[in-house]
Amino acid sequence: MATATPIRNRPTVKASGTAHESDLYFATPAQMRAYKAKAIISKVLLYGFLSLLAIFMLIPFIFMIVTSLRNPDCYDWDIATKTFNLLPSWWNQKYNTSNYTLDNFIQVFTYKSNSGSTINFGLYYLNTIYVAGVSTVFTLVTAVLAAFAFARCNFKGKNLLFTILLATMMIPGEMMVITNFQTVKSLQWENTYAALIFVHGVSVFYIFYLRQTFQQIPNELFLAAKVDGYGHFKYLWKVMIPIASPTIVTIAILSLMGAWNAYIWPNLVASGNFHSQSSGWSMKLVSNGLMSLFTNSDTGLSRDTVRIAGSVVCTAPLFVFFLIFRKYIMRGVSRSGIKG
Amino acid sequence: MEKTALETNSQGGRFSFSYANGLSLEETEKEASFRRTHSTLGVKKASKIRIGEAGKAWIALIPALIFLLFFMIYPILNTFIMSFMENFTFVKGSGGSFAIANFIAALNNPRVTNPSLGFGNYVRVLSDEQFLFSLRNTVLIVVVSVPLTIIVGLLIAVCLHSIKPLQGFFQTVFFLPYVTNAIALGMVFKIIFTDGDAGLFNAFLHLFGIEAQQWLSVGAPAWNNFFVIIIYSIWNGIAFKILVFMSGLSSIDKQYYDAAKIDGASRATIFRRITVPLLSPQILYITITSFIGAFKSYTQIISLFGGGAYDFGGTKKDNWITVVGYIYRIMQDSTKNGRAAAASFVLLIIILLITLVQMAVSKKKVVY
Repeated sequence: MATATPIRNRPTVKASGTAHESDLYFATPAQMRAYKAKAIISKVLLYGFLSLLAIFMLIPFIFMIVTSLRNPDCYDWDIATKTFNLLPSWWNQKYNTSNYTLDNFIQVFTYKSNSGSTINFGLYYLNTIYVAGVSTVFTLVTAVLAAFAFARCNFKGKNLLFTILLATMMIPGEMMVITNFQTVKSLQWENTYAALIFVHGVSVFYIFYLRQTFQQIPNELFLAAKVDGYGHFKYLWKVMIPIASPTIVTIAILSLMGAWNAYIWPNLVASGNFHSQSSGWSMKLVSNGLMSLFTNSDTGLSRDTVRIAGSVVCTAPLFVFFLIFRKYIMRGVSRSGIKG
Repeated sequence: MEKTALETNSQGGRFSFSYANGLSLEETEKEASFRRTHSTLGVKKASKIRIGEAGKAWIALIPALIFLLFFMIYPILNTFIMSFMENFTFVKGSGGSFAIANFIAALNNPRVTNPSLGFGNYVRVLSDEQFLFSLRNTVLIVVVSVPLTIIVGLLIAVCLHSIKPLQGFFQTVFFLPYVTNAIALGMVFKIIFTDGDAGLFNAFLHLFGIEAQQWLSVGAPAWNNFFVIIIYSIWNGIAFKILVFMSGLSSIDKQYYDAAKIDGASRATIFRRITVPLLSPQILYITITSFIGAFKSYTQIISLFGGGAYDFGGTKKDNWITVVGYIYRIMQDSTKNGRAAAASFVLLIIILLITLVQMAVSKKKVVY
């Protein structure tokens, strides 16, 4: 260790390279070489370690995408003959067909069994998009208004109310679910969109997050706007919302993602047909639909490739979303503790 | 607190007027003088109802408050009360979800077997073998998965922070598990961990000469189930931790590292003496949220077994039932609502205790 330690103020040999390293001086060229070699080795180790873990992260995705595109017969044959391959070649010799096909996806979207049980991902998609869209708008409107009141207005009991709301964030959702489940039943909201949209529509966390952003807007702006004849709500609409729009977009995205991934609550209150009537359409959301795809034992659906295709169908929109809004999502998530 | 002081300070520059009608309005000087001149001229302005600031605040708050009150505050109190009620069921048309009304209805209904008040639900939950089993499972999952995820996450974040080329790429890759559907990827893991030689993971083990194992199927050993649960928990949870650690690392002043390098400190010393202490607020935050999250784990587990909402593996399908899983399962039995409520309150107490202990420990260790 001591031999390769760079020493300052002894200008004998100067290490060239990055701007940072150029500040280092070494007693002899040998020391410099040793230091450089060490730097290279540590770089290699660093990248090797990261690559290994990156592969660990990526394998499920690669496996998922490849398997969803595999020909089910070829896949089963590979498994039976213990010649499993993560990335098989294009052509399968045994069946004289391509190893890859889109049949699994077609099956997921169009499957109808003889026993009448259907898996209808098209419908699950529409349900999820509708619920996610409406509940996000609802969440945003309530959160913006409430955050505005907490950040901009003064009223009696403001701090007390805010403290109570913050305290409820500590309480596990299960405590609320027990009563909410009965409430939904007695309101006859079972298997309706209302149960999916309104019960968890208002989020204390988003109110809290937005309030912080609103508070950063200088008070002078409000005074200036007031001189121009703006009232409180006009000021909110014309000044605060535009300034806080990055936060609002982040909240919208997180809310949409949350709605897309919801499983527990939808499974409890909306796993049947609309208004619980046999003639109604299925109220299932994608996660729920996927679970029923996995528990369904119909031969057409019980193949692994079809099930994995279902998983791809559930995840793909999220991925597209992520690629478009990467910046907003990563910034929003690093400030929040939601999900797990 | 600081914020409030600042606000009042900046508001000090404004004029505040109190009118005889009791409306206290804060107005700019311009507006106020306009009003004053008009009143001295004797011109009576059209009586327009003006809502004060507090009124506007309440108007803005009402939409959120109604729903929070109805679907959050009331359920918390109601569930708490319910946890002290034994032998009662929710009857249609007797007070909706309001536990007290249902309880009274049950008291007046001779067919219902003596509903009573007391700590019976807590006694039953805490002496229920299945609850204790679910608690043990949850504690095992928490104790193994949380430290592992945090340590690996911290390592990845530190490595990621020290590289320049490809940093963005790696960061995106490590973030990917966050933007996935937990159910969908759990099922992918289920298929990766298929029995025999069919599974990808068994094929991987084969490379090292390890025999194929049963992982998640009905007869699989419970510890094999556990292994998969831990792997999936780490995979699923690490993205968030890396992101938070990365944002913490980038806020540490570079000068500390330069100073340490000049003093000839080793990498390990730098990590232990600079990185960890300066990252301690983020580590505390992550520790608390991970403990809470892991104590509530449920979705990851049922998604791995893929048998619906109440399948936790094993022949009796409760190999790895968690506390939350226990609550959902007994909720299905309408006569055990009180017990489910008691169990959820026990969960709340556990979570509060853990958080308090961590806060107490952090007072000594965390550097702000």
